[in-house]
Amino acid sequence: MSQPVFVAGAGVISAIGKNTAECLDSLENNRAGMGHMHFFDSLHRDKLPVAEVKMSNDELAKFSGLSNTKSRTAQLSLIAAREALNDAGIENLSTLRTGFISANSVGGMDKTEKFFAEFLSDNQKGKLRDVVNHECGSVTELVADALGIKDYVTTISTACSSSANAIFFGARMIKNNLLDVVVAGGTDSLTKFTLNGFNTLMILDEKFCQPFDENRRGLNLGEGAGYIVLVSEKVAATLKKKPSAILSGYCNANDAYHQTASSPDGTGSFLAMSGALKKAGLQPTDIDYINLHGTGTQNNDIAEGTAIKRLFDPHYPKMSSTKAFTGHTLGASGGIEAVFSILSLQHGIVYPNLRLETPMKDLPFNVETKFTKNIEVKHVLSNSFGFGGNCSSLIFSKV
Amino acid sequence: MYIRATGNISPQKTFGHLPLPEEPVAFSTNRLACIEPDYKEFIDVKLIRRMSRIIRMGVAAAMECLQEANVKVPDAIVTGTAYGCLEDTGSFMTKMVEFNEELLTPTAFIQSTHNTIGAQIGLMLQCNHYNNAFVHRGFSFESALLDGMMLLEEKEVSNVLVGAIDEITNISHAILNRLGLYKQGNVSNLDIFKTLTKGTIAGEGAAFFLLANEPSSTDYAKLEGLKTFYKPNGIEEIRNNISSFLAEQSITIDDIDLVITGRNGDVRSDEIFDQLEQSIFSNNKTVNYKNLCGEYPTASSFALWLAANIIKTGNMPAVLGNMGSTGNKVKRILIYNQYQQIHHSLFLLSAC
Repeated sequence: MSQPVFVAGAGVISAIGKNTAECLDSLENNRAGMGHMHFFDSLHRDKLPVAEVKMSNDELAKFSGLSNTKSRTAQLSLIAAREALNDAGIENLSTLRTGFISANSVGGMDKTEKFFAEFLSDNQKGKLRDVVNHECGSVTELVADALGIKDYVTTISTACSSSANAIFFGARMIKNNLLDVVVAGGTDSLTKFTLNGFNTLMILDEKFCQPFDENRRGLNLGEGAGYIVLVSEKVAATLKKKPSAILSGYCNANDAYHQTASSPDGTGSFLAMSGALKKAGLQPTDIDYINLHGTGTQNNDIAEGTAIKRLFDPHYPKMSSTKAFTGHTLGASGGIEAVFSILSLQHGIVYPNLRLETPMKDLPFNVETKFTKNIEVKHVLSNSFGFGGNCSSLIFSKV
Repeated sequence: MYIRATGNISPQKTFGHLPLPEEPVAFSTNRLACIEPDYKEFIDVKLIRRMSRIIRMGVAAAMECLQEANVKVPDAIVTGTAYGCLEDTGSFMTKMVEFNEELLTPTAFIQSTHNTIGAQIGLMLQCNHYNNAFVHRGFSFESALLDGMMLLEEKEVSNVLVGAIDEITNISHAILNRLGLYKQGNVSNLDIFKTLTKGTIAGEGAAFFLLANEPSSTDYAKLEGLKTFYKPNGIEEIRNNISSFLAEQSITIDDIDLVITGRNGDVRSDEIFDQLEQSIFSNNKTVNYKNLCGEYPTASSFALWLAANIIKTGNMPAVLGNMGSTGNKVKRILIYNQYQQIHHSLFLLSAC
């Protein structure tokens, strides 16, 4: 039961690159992905910047191999999941018990929106092919089928912590000896539904977001997908290249404070981080880098920061929110940030928290403002907190 | 692990831990709606007003389950829903289209997320523990149950609240009707296994279970095993999955007192059950349940509730038809469910 679970591969697509190498290059060169809406359309196009993947639906379909009638969410998912599997390079995959555990927040909503406008005028109208993959699970199945994975397929949706939960559910299936290999992570594309939803909550920044800044104004929505390939110790031993990390700790806790807001003292965040440390058998001082949830909203950043202060004071690790690059990719964020956390371990790098001007007055620590390389990073903590009080933390450790 | 308590809101009179009535509630439409309880006993009146129907149903079923278990705060909450909070989703989308992305209010959006019900339960109970939500079509409930079973296996928790919730709305019913899922014309839920036509009847429900590591004197049943298989390639693969599941439990099909099948009255998919009843299940007593709750992606949660209740009393309820009393107590039940020939699941329960 306590056998370690290894990370054998990673794949990512986001506003800062269509694969791991491109994203890494953008992170190293301070290239953020936000801008005017180009591929996505909304009434709010001139007001709200978003972090789009820089490809049209047709270009994505060409890249993924899925039909362009399928949701952008599935396209992004397949591209990143396939990169992760290729990166892992597991030769005898068909002989191993393999699962695909994915996360997303609104399934094939981008296509449903197309359907729905016509359907509302007449409920016999609207192309059924645009709504048939509305369910979150349908998006996962399109990708699982394209990857040829069928031993176990499921979908998790706990808002912005969805992918983190998918990753550690996958790890537990390996630990429980139900699977040998799991491709786990999440995906989300920009939709009017989510953009307007967040807009009614008045937490979208009209400028580029500034996580953990005293004068932060809110978040920018982004899109993308991130997956890692988890393998058992037995499979890890057969790999040609060394696994990139161990998933050493994880915890899911609930803030139980409010449907959308975090408690002022960050109870859920504190419980998730401390639970993950306990699971990993680590002390707070062992953590070298925290990839913050850091959405850029007033509420999240003070709650997360307060929980970090309570847990880490006075020895703070390096910290940054890469949402300043990718925007908040919701159901995908835990997957994308898991990939960035693993790259941090592998390359000994820490990312800047872009656009920081004034550190938060109520917090006694500063986030990173520069890209740092050539340092030793042994343990990375990755935070994902969401609506419904769902808080999850993962810890990746050097092999 | 043990099923210590249940709570079930369905199109039948299942809420309130009363014995099942002898006659099923009849519907003369292809849409079976839940019989909703008086929520005031379970939820604060102020909260009820804010909640949409699926949230009320889910929260009330969960609360009834916890009350029966005499557990104030469970060690974990795991929910499964294929469609999530459709009423809130549809309401926000409708306004978004009608008002062209302007003048929107947040309530429906906030409540539309798929983890809303688990989150609301956590919030009401001030439960800071593990809270997860699975949203995988006909595997939503099975995945949630597997998560709960693993948490118990891992000794992370001593009990876990697991539930499934799905609702039908006017919008979803219209769309699924167009997709050809349901029977057309005159339909009665009581006749779906006789009519030999295409399509099934739409159902919905909220069923919760408290699972525990340790037995207690009031348990319903022992949950021995769960298995799912995705898109099996033909009847042979289905039979192999059933056989290997039983073998993993060190039993054979002859040890099963009752098989509950996921027949839904659609001739296109019920053929699987015909073939199984002529082969692997040929010596077993089989009963169906989707005439009671309708077909929906998390309907297997109704079957688990039914099985747990049959095992608790040892008797077949009359509502299942003339399979009635056989003299022998029902001690071991196999549930074989399938949803749209994609999602197949097996549950094994036994008497404590």
